[in-house]
Amino acid sequence: MHRNRNFLFHLYMGAFLLYMLVPLLVMGGAAFNASKLPTIYPWKGWTDEWFIAMWADNRIWIAFRNTLLVALAVAAIAVPVGTAGAILVNSIGGRVRGMLYGLMVAPILVPGVVIGISTLLFWNQFGVGSGLHLSVLGQVSYIASFVMLLVLARLQSFDQGLEEAALDLGASHGQVMRRILLPHLYPAIGAGAAISFFQSIENFNVTLFTRGGADTLTVYVFSKVRSGITPTINALAFLLIMVTLLLAIVYEVRRRRIATIEAAREAEARRAEES
Amino acid sequence: MQDLYRRYGKGLTWAFIGLTFFWLAVLVILPDFTLFESSFRPYLPISEVGGPKDTYSINNYLRIFGGEVAMNIFGLDVMISPRVKVFLYTIWYSGMVTFVTFLIAYPLSYYLAKVVSPKSLPTLFLLLFVPLWVSEVLRSFAWWIILAFKGPLNGVLMALGVIEKEIRWIDGYSPVIVGLVYTYVLFMLFPLYNAMQSLDSNQIEAADDLGAPWWRIHWRVILPHAKPGIASGAVMVFMLSAGSLLVPAVLGSTTSGWFTQTIQGIMLEEQDWNSGAAFAFMLLIVCTLVVSLAMWIFRVKLSDIAK
Repeated sequence: MHRNRNFLFHLYMGAFLLYMLVPLLVMGGAAFNASKLPTIYPWKGWTDEWFIAMWADNRIWIAFRNTLLVALAVAAIAVPVGTAGAILVNSIGGRVRGMLYGLMVAPILVPGVVIGISTLLFWNQFGVGSGLHLSVLGQVSYIASFVMLLVLARLQSFDQGLEEAALDLGASHGQVMRRILLPHLYPAIGAGAAISFFQSIENFNVTLFTRGGADTLTVYVFSKVRSGITPTINALAFLLIMVTLLLAIVYEVRRRRIATIEAAREAEARRAEES
Repeated sequence: MQDLYRRYGKGLTWAFIGLTFFWLAVLVILPDFTLFESSFRPYLPISEVGGPKDTYSINNYLRIFGGEVAMNIFGLDVMISPRVKVFLYTIWYSGMVTFVTFLIAYPLSYYLAKVVSPKSLPTLFLLLFVPLWVSEVLRSFAWWIILAFKGPLNGVLMALGVIEKEIRWIDGYSPVIVGLVYTYVLFMLFPLYNAMQSLDSNQIEAADDLGAPWWRIHWRVILPHAKPGIASGAVMVFMLSAGSLLVPAVLGSTTSGWFTQTIQGIMLEEQDWNSGAAFAFMLLIVCTLVVSLAMWIFRVKLSDIAK
């Protein structure tokens, strides 16, 4: 009976993966269809004209550049801010800690529309008009929370005795920070930077209300999808999916190789023990 | 705090405090306060801002009422304003999306946490992450292609002989729900998986040995243990759905309004930022209420949800 149930589970998992991936296939496939509308059915023959059209579309490149700039700026601000917040909240206790923590986590749960509009209104009071700089500030306000959570989790495994020892041995405050605390936090900071970068690329709601007239990739794709739809968007989607897949495959191959090496090492150790 | 001072010295401590202050005060609290404040002020031409007409009132909030349409609430036909209708529908359907994603994700997270061999787990997760990396707008767009009137879904169904004529799928709220479920189901799956994975399998086996049927094991052992995960996933999915603008805009039609679209219309088309602030504030209130409600029902803390 167990075997039967497991079979059903495997089936369900397979169905779910199909459900997740088939829409992406459909979208990517439509990039090669010679139909004027983005679809894979009816199939009107193979073409690469949508890729050429995409390549020639200047606005895509500008939007692409804007997206990268915004994402880099967001990561550059959110990482130090979130790290500082985590160190601060970790060093205090009691009610203040709870309150501060709540304040730091809350932005994750605030709808992007609200963040976008409040950022726009706030800076507008001081005569700062809308534009991508406001998008950056709006995005940082909630993306820093992710960094904070990652760094805070990492801080739990930090041995403060190391800092004590360094201070006793005459290290300066800057050295304690640079040589002891930061190296321990690097994995979390790296993950935080990556998450900031990708969250920023994904962002739509905050950007839409703060961007002024500038395009980011998400906003541009959205305006394309809303108005005159051509399969150039599918060409773009196809390329994005391919990049994602490629990264995923590289990651998986590396993981497997490391797993094999480790298994070999373990076997070696066991043999050495036996002999 | 003194501890921080002793470890990192004056300069660094103030740097930490300064950065945190910049984040919480300048980027979070003050903008939200501005939102709150300006939501009570009238929308005026710049020359009249600060003049005699610039007084506080709740007129912006009252703009949600106005006009009347029929709506059917639990079998009762009532006349309400179109914006209230959209507001109620947004909450109702976001709740529905949350429930559907839970139904889909629960068996799946159980499978990932307890059934599948740990060896294939990383590969499965990698596959699950792929759609997450493809942006939301493209994922909605994919469903727009699938559900199109002369699209692949109608084509396949007609070829199989299930239907005889094309069905207009993109109509009403169903395509929006399909899109939201597809986009956010993973935000339910991962917290659920995290919660279940920490359950000791021996507890399940003990219950099994003592003769509990499978549904009782789920009801009495696994479900209670997964509670923080359910709370976290439910809050995430609800907030994302209610706050989503992309999915309803791409997959919606004239017969499906989402509250974020109302806000967008007021902000970007009417350019009435004060009413926009009022409406955004209403959305914020709903979301705060939902988080509090979830924390109360599941008896969890904010730190459990934010994991």
